[in-house]
Amino acid sequence: MTPARLYTLLGILVAGLFLAALLTGVAAVDPVTALRALMTGGEGPVGIVMREIRLPRALLAAMVGACLGLSGAALQGLLRNPMAEPGVIGISAAAGLGAVLALQTGLAAAYAFALPAAALVGALAGVGAILFLAGAGGGTLALILAGIALSALCSAATALVLNLSPNPFAAQDIVFWMMGSLADVSFTHVLLAAPLMALGAFLLWRTGPGLEALTLGEEAAASMGVNLARLRLSVVLGTAAAVGAATAVAGTVGFVGLVVPHVLRPLVNAHPSRLLPAAALGGAGLVLAADIAVRLVLPGQDLKIGVLLALVGAPVFLHLIWRMRGAA
Amino acid sequence: MRPRQIPLGRGACRRLARGLPGLAAALWLAGPGLADPAAPQRVVSINLCTDQLALMLAAPGQLRALTRLAQDPESSVMAARARSYRINHGRAEEVYLEKPDLVLAGRYTASATVTMLRGLGIRVETFAPAESFAELRASILRMGALLGREAEAARIERRFAENLARLQRPSRGAPPVAATWAAHGYMAGSASLTGEIITAAGFRPLARLIGHGAGGFMPLEALVMADPDLVILSRADPAPAHSEAVLDHPALTALTGRAAVMQDRDWICGLPAVLDAVDRLAANRPDGARE
Repeated sequence: MTPARLYTLLGILVAGLFLAALLTGVAAVDPVTALRALMTGGEGPVGIVMREIRLPRALLAAMVGACLGLSGAALQGLLRNPMAEPGVIGISAAAGLGAVLALQTGLAAAYAFALPAAALVGALAGVGAILFLAGAGGGTLALILAGIALSALCSAATALVLNLSPNPFAAQDIVFWMMGSLADVSFTHVLLAAPLMALGAFLLWRTGPGLEALTLGEEAAASMGVNLARLRLSVVLGTAAAVGAATAVAGTVGFVGLVVPHVLRPLVNAHPSRLLPAAALGGAGLVLAADIAVRLVLPGQDLKIGVLLALVGAPVFLHLIWRMRGAA
Repeated sequence: MRPRQIPLGRGACRRLARGLPGLAAALWLAGPGLADPAAPQRVVSINLCTDQLALMLAAPGQLRALTRLAQDPESSVMAARARSYRINHGRAEEVYLEKPDLVLAGRYTASATVTMLRGLGIRVETFAPAESFAELRASILRMGALLGREAEAARIERRFAENLARLQRPSRGAPPVAATWAAHGYMAGSASLTGEIITAAGFRPLARLIGHGAGGFMPLEALVMADPDLVILSRADPAPAHSEAVLDHPALTALTGRAAVMQDRDWICGLPAVLDAVDRLAANRPDGARE
């Protein structure tokens, strides 16, 4: 399959899922009325449901998915390891801790943008810790173990901060920060996350040629004129911005960056530069599909999106481990 | 357009003081007085609602300790009065060390603690949350009987019933619809104290119209589609929680009806102070039947 054809197919898939997400919800509205209300604002509550509830939710699902897919593909390219994924190696958990700290200290109430910014700082610290512990090009085992430790530490700190809150509902928020959810997001969240997501996507997008060269090894890439330090910095900053912004508004949405590149890599002949756009589109599609599924499985209840993604993602993860065992 | 938010505090208090002078007097005069010598003398309460009932009725020196929440103005309507008491955290060991002759507890909270205290031979009386005005009145009388303060309890209960009757006004035509909405999209049931408060204020609870007698979760979309005349956003506490972030959703402010804010302290416990909640909600009636 040519890259152009793949991107087109994925684009059509995302567009279809986006439409389906707009038409999914507890309020029984027929598709024609729903879309008309979306376009014109409609009369009465249907317009509010479409424009203020479903549209931002679908937009954010696509944006979060694209960010996570892109981050997964870029991290895997940089570390040359198919298991590198923001959720699995603890970067999302670190971002979540940053966001929770911003919320509980009141910083996010004073400056709305402090929420994604703090998540970015958390994610940055997470990526930094992982690179320090497991190293670029380090072994898979070191990467996974460092990720487990970072995840456990950040999740525990998040739980501690939320348990210290005087609000009785704060402790229940632990589930949101660990499993993620797009329920009842609004355009406030979209606007809050969009700038950092755009920055992250821009930085990651440009790493394609560098990652391509890196498949031949660091020395070969350097001899081809790739500035490795700059490439590494782009991936680190890009991932921190994209994952931080996504986590700040949707909690920890795991496995997207693992599953999507895993499925799409054979279709792009393992070219990192082609995998990046494909993974962005695929991630958007996967999160849209998962967010439709949570609303169909348990309508009216907030089934966390991370539950479904883990059901899909964990078997892929196990498969990767199985294959690694075979190779060893 | 932002709906009118009803501020907590002084305005409502003034209205209460103007409209219900007897209630405030009853609350404050109940404190002093002679205790029945046979009544328990070392009472410890381990539940926010029994804290406040006991505060209202106990004789001086009769009450030994209350929960920390009773002193928190965000949770308790009697925080100022509670401040002079010792606090406990509802743990069996600290309660035991107070050497109580009566422990007051909620029926559904701290059941392990209650079982352990009873095992240690301490008398524990549990109070179920009041789910109606009738249960609220019964629990005032029961607390009075337990503390040997029957006369005060009867006076407060009678005053409450009179004030409630005074607040209830028939509405012209079909009453407007009010919906409560809390963290995670929880809507209190209509067969509850909340439901009776809403009804007394001259509204029909949305929960009754959709058959949520016992309460349940109401998705944001369903609430918007129901488009009630009043949305009562029920908050626990001003500290931020993601679970309560949904109460700030812009779709709520796009609704045509009004919005009011209630904090848990205003109505989670069955106390005479719930009449303040009735009064404040009634001020939101679109037909202006109150004034």
